[in-house]
Formats: sequence, C-alpha cells, structure tokens
Amino acid sequence: MAEELGNPKIRTPKDPVKKGELVEIRSLIKHPMQTGLRRDKVTDALIPAHFIESVVVEYGGKPVLKATWSTAVAKDPYLAFFIKAEATGPLKMTWKDNKGQVFEASAVITVA
Amino acid sequence: MVLGTPLAQAEAPTPTAPANDMDALIARLMGPGPITLEKVALDLPATADNAALVRMPIVVDHPMEPNNFIQMVALFADNNTPDPLVAQFELTPEMGKAAVEFRARLAASSKVRVIARSNTGKLYGLIKEVQVATGGCAG
Repeated sequence: MAEELGNPKIRTPKDPVKKGELVEIRSLIKHPMQTGLRRDKVTDALIPAHFIESVVVEYGGKPVLKATWSTAVAKDPYLAFFIKAEATGPLKMTWKDNKGQVFEASAVITVA
Repeated sequence: MVLGTPLAQAEAPTPTAPANDMDALIARLMGPGPITLEKVALDLPATADNAALVRMPIVVDHPMEPNNFIQMVALFADNNTPDPLVAQFELTPEMGKAAVEFRARLAASSKVRVIARSNTGKLYGLIKEVQVATGGCAG
C-alpha cells in the first residue's frame, strides 16, 4: 500500500516579530516511520525499516538545531522548537530518511 | 513486542538493554560524569492514552548564551528494545530556549529518561515512569 510521503509543513508567526523575541516553530511531515519489526498482515513478511533519521534546521543559512531519530519517533513526525529572532531570514528544514529520501521546506521569520 | 532500530550514528547497542545498561548507554552517547536530576522538565501523563503517539515536550531551564548553553538533549525509553534511544537533539544558542517537542512510540510501560548536556559537559536529567495499556508498535 502506498502511503503519502513528505509534504513537509513549517509554521512560523505570520506577523513580524521583535528582534530578540523567542519564536515557536512547529513542523510536520508525512512519513510512515516503519520500525522494520512489523509484519505485513497479508504476507507475514517483515516490512523493511523506513524512517526519518535526521532533521536539520537552518536559520539565516546557519544550522541551529539537528535531530537524530530512531524508529521510536511516532508516525508523521511533529517537531516544535524555539528560535531567537535576530533578523529577517529563512527558516529552512531538511528531513532525511534511511532510504536516502530528502524532504525540504522553508518559511520566513520576519523581524520588524 | 520490540521496537526501534539502532541509529545510524550510534554504535550497535547490546541485544537487550535492561535498566542497568542504561547508565553505560547514556555515558557513551552523552559523555561521562555525574547527572544532576534538575533543570529538565517533561510534561508527561502517568498513563499514556495512545502509546503510538506520546507527546514529549522537553524543556531545560538553562541559559542559551554563546558560552553557556545546552548543547545536546536525548530521550530514552528503557523498555524500547533493542534500542532505548528514541531521539537526540543538538542545540545551539541561536534557539534562545532549550526546548523541543516531538511525539514518540513506547513499546511498553517504561521509565523515560531525558538527559541534557551543557557546552561545558555538565549533565542534567529527569526520569519519569509512564504506563501504557498496549505497546505502540501496532500503530
């Protein structure tokens, strides 16, 4: 069965923020996060592991957060964190799975 | 039921990781030294309604300044075998606040441990017991 994959979303504040303000960023991506230990209900064959193993967040072109995940991160991974707004700039996130698939999304943090 | 695949970056863990191996695993991943059980918060219910989707909001009450910040945070579930390491985060002062939230699967009722390491190598931690009705690997 094909599962929807990717479609990453990042939520940043819509309105401009003040310099130095803590901004909460929320993100979501569609991914089955297969553990590799489950069996297909029909064939009883093991379903290969398929999971996001790293997430990198860059703000203004500089890495600010890196996550390394195991298969124990829940399906359709959610990740929220804070960024201290210093200047208007892109907030870019890159998700990479164990099959080499890469998903990217970006949003802008606007500092008034 | 078993859950978890070793992280690519981590060395292969021992086939089973009983609680008394947790100290060695944590020391290998987070560095040696005593762990102070303070500064770390994890708002977790005593019983998880859905073991396949357990909110893990981690907050470390620590400055995030260029020379004094939390550099690494990891979350472990003792009874997630073979690999209790659920997620590891590398943080920077640019975040302004040492906080991350994600959702985890728990294979069984378990101790959940969050360990944080400062840029100077100080370790802080928290241990919570979480009960689950059924394991989260069926999701």
